[in-house]
Amino acid sequence: MRRNTRALQNQQGDTGQLGQLQPGVTLQDRYLVLGILGAGGMSSVYKGRDLHFPNVTKLVAVKEMINLAADPTMYEMIVRNFEREADLLATLSHPAIPRIYDYFSQESVSYLVMEFIEGRDLEATLRETDTFLPTDKVVSWAVELCDVMIYLHNHQPQPVVFRDMKPSNVMIDQHGHIRLIDFGIARVFQPGLKGTMIGTEGYSPPEQYRGEASPPGDIYALGATLHHLLTRRDPRAEPPFSFNDRPIREINPEVSAELEQVIYTALSYDPKDRFPTADAMRKALVTAARQTGLLVTPQGAPTVRIHSDVQELWSFECEDELRGSPVVDSGLLYIGCYDNNLYAIDAKSGEFRWKYATEGGIPTRPVVDSNTVFVGSEDQRLYAVAADSGKLVWTYYTEAPVRSSPALFEGFIFFGSDDNHLHVVNASNGRRAWRAEAAAPVRASPLVADERVYFGCESGDFYCVDFRGELKWRFKAKRAIASTAIMVEGVIYFGSMDWTLYALESEGGWQVWRYRMGKPTISSPAYAEGKLIIGCADGNIYAIDARSNREAWRFATEHQVNGSPIVHEDSVYCGSVDGSMYCLDLRSGRKRWSYPTKGPIVGTPVIVNSILYFGSNDHRLYALLT
Amino acid sequence: MDFFKKLIPKPKPKPSPAEGVKTAPLDPSLAGPPAASPALHLVVGIAQSVGIERTHNEDSVMAIHGTMGGLELLQDFGIFLVADGMGGHRSGEVASAVSARTVTTRLTDSALSALTEGNDAYAEPLQDLVRKALEEANQLVVERVPGGGTTLTVAVLLGQQITLGHVGDSRAYLIEPSSTRVLTRDHSLVKRLEELGQLTAEEADTHPQRNVLYRAIGQGANLEVDVTSHQFPPGGQLLLCSDGLWGVVPDPDIERIVLQATTPQLACDQLVAAANAAGGPDNITAVLVRQNLS
Repeated sequence: MRRNTRALQNQQGDTGQLGQLQPGVTLQDRYLVLGILGAGGMSSVYKGRDLHFPNVTKLVAVKEMINLAADPTMYEMIVRNFEREADLLATLSHPAIPRIYDYFSQESVSYLVMEFIEGRDLEATLRETDTFLPTDKVVSWAVELCDVMIYLHNHQPQPVVFRDMKPSNVMIDQHGHIRLIDFGIARVFQPGLKGTMIGTEGYSPPEQYRGEASPPGDIYALGATLHHLLTRRDPRAEPPFSFNDRPIREINPEVSAELEQVIYTALSYDPKDRFPTADAMRKALVTAARQTGLLVTPQGAPTVRIHSDVQELWSFECEDELRGSPVVDSGLLYIGCYDNNLYAIDAKSGEFRWKYATEGGIPTRPVVDSNTVFVGSEDQRLYAVAADSGKLVWTYYTEAPVRSSPALFEGFIFFGSDDNHLHVVNASNGRRAWRAEAAAPVRASPLVADERVYFGCESGDFYCVDFRGELKWRFKAKRAIASTAIMVEGVIYFGSMDWTLYALESEGGWQVWRYRMGKPTISSPAYAEGKLIIGCADGNIYAIDARSNREAWRFATEHQVNGSPIVHEDSVYCGSVDGSMYCLDLRSGRKRWSYPTKGPIVGTPVIVNSILYFGSNDHRLYALLT
Repeated sequence: MDFFKKLIPKPKPKPSPAEGVKTAPLDPSLAGPPAASPALHLVVGIAQSVGIERTHNEDSVMAIHGTMGGLELLQDFGIFLVADGMGGHRSGEVASAVSARTVTTRLTDSALSALTEGNDAYAEPLQDLVRKALEEANQLVVERVPGGGTTLTVAVLLGQQITLGHVGDSRAYLIEPSSTRVLTRDHSLVKRLEELGQLTAEEADTHPQRNVLYRAIGQGANLEVDVTSHQFPPGGQLLLCSDGLWGVVPDPDIERIVLQATTPQLACDQLVAAANAAGGPDNITAVLVRQNLS
């Protein structure tokens, strides 16, 4: 085996990668190689110049196929396949199919000389853009692709099956028309043994594994290509035949229901359920385009029914913005307000029970334990207030505003302060147990789990300390961490102002993965069904797979999402600075309803007994019956 | 090796956030024993067999693990890998060997040094390192081993987490007394058809094309690697194996052997023996990692 490996390395040293031709080489005294256009498998394509036209620059594409097969039968088969491609191309005549000029072999290498097409293939087009391609453009390409399919499938004496429809095999020439390239009929199948490969393409129809190549297979592959173009989700990165798992309109709302239907018909698992002919598909595409006035403009986003499935139970007006988050305990709701008060409201009726006036705005969420409500205020203090009467029990002073919501654990309250400390206070008497210094203000709420406390601060430092306040490990993000961490199965998740959602191993703080969003975030993630849900200042609510960093879905609101989402049953609830509370389907990210208020929503909602509670900067506290 | 040097923590003073601040334990009962927190130690078994019907071994296997004790207690860590080559003219065994070596080199160079260096946003996440290692192996096989391909399943154990890089139909099992889970997804066509409800599990087991993969190292320039992280619970056992084992020995038997064997090495020997007893149609490779509380 060692000898074998060395031989391979030698071969590479002598000939370069795959022994490609260098610019300047002339083939048959006629074709001057100018450069390489592409390489894959056993073939390469070069840009060349035809020297038989010395007075003009006639460009050609030269496809080279190196036959490495050692087995004579295999060798023959590869040669035959290549010749068949040449012969076939020579008999075809269609504006979307490149013309063939010449064919020759030198030793174990065969060449096909073809029309050179100036343009860009669709895979490159996808790669070089980052927004959805205009739907009308995609439809007009699709119609042209149907046209060439109609030609190929009706070819005499035998239909021609293209077999390899995918974005990289479709060029858009300089006139904006499609051209099919690479009639890669010389597909190599390795017989026998384990692991005979099917095309790894992701565009191939299911019946291809049986070795069937038929016109309905091309229709499937065209459907797959259109799905990729419209969703920008590469099917090669997904399990085969999984297009239905990525509904086109959920990803790209610009696409009409009619067009989506055409594509899914083409993508039917059973060939019988697809369009019977390319002509039928073409007609369906044109009809779908007409119905929606496409080729003019796509239909606007579907009209949204405003909170049709949700009903306001009550709302309660305070004297200033409600930036904090509510908590509900034993039938009472507690929320802090920028009017300095901590309010206690009857959760069912919305009736006022009591309020306690602090000396600063309250941007945090209270916690309740043993008939006591604990809340931090910008007046630098943490308050303990009797839950039933609203009477003060004790006060704890920090040296700067408190903007971190307290966490309760085993009779101790953990919270951060702008005085650069994490404070740990005995809940029964308000005395400090210990405090730990941080590099900057601590505004995130600490996470207490497994005898550890995890918290981030405004410098981007994230700490793990034990119950003595001793540092276990530290991680540094590039910018502030105001997001409260959560821990799921030994991984810590939090967002940062450096635009990133981090996943850290909880024992040592090593990064397992990270996910980059479009802007900073101060939203805290929620977890459900293997997904992390988090808001971002880029206006999106994201759902990210917790085991990897793949995006499951994202939902765009109309302004920053600074509040944190919660998950209840199969719904995500999250407010946006656009003023609305959104309810989304946890699995798809599709909107179930939205409820508008008159000010930004920056707090985190809470749901108890199917009633959703949240505050808005319009000074109101809302209770919605979901 | 440079990384071994890096593994020994430098005796630099730790910048503690609590420095200069008086702290007191919350509550003596909460603070736990004064000794270092109990560490979990890895114990590893490996076994391999050409099988009965094959003449070559196209499987590759690799295991590295480290244990440290003392003041600067570091978690046990490990890198474990199984690759099952395919392709004629010995290209399968070359592909799996080249891939195993590339992934190992890459991960020891980067992942393990990341372990001992600083934790910050500038360091590369573990999952990215794993993905890149497999992509690099793919690149190398595509360039140097025409016609060859390989499955590859690698597990990086760090702290409580197993991070897996996976392509093809070798498998990672997490076996606990109460449950057995396959952490990887077979990239085989038959499995996919089964997922789509086009084949039953029984049909899939006997399907003539059950060896056809839709994803493998060495099959094209763009490789999509499955990279996932999972908790490694105390008492859990991680088994990596090629289809020469799982395709032949039913899951309940694998589970029983693993849970009953006294050591991981015995378990691996018994697993390979079971596959050979069932006909040994393919190469067999098994790596078992057990966590023992010290």
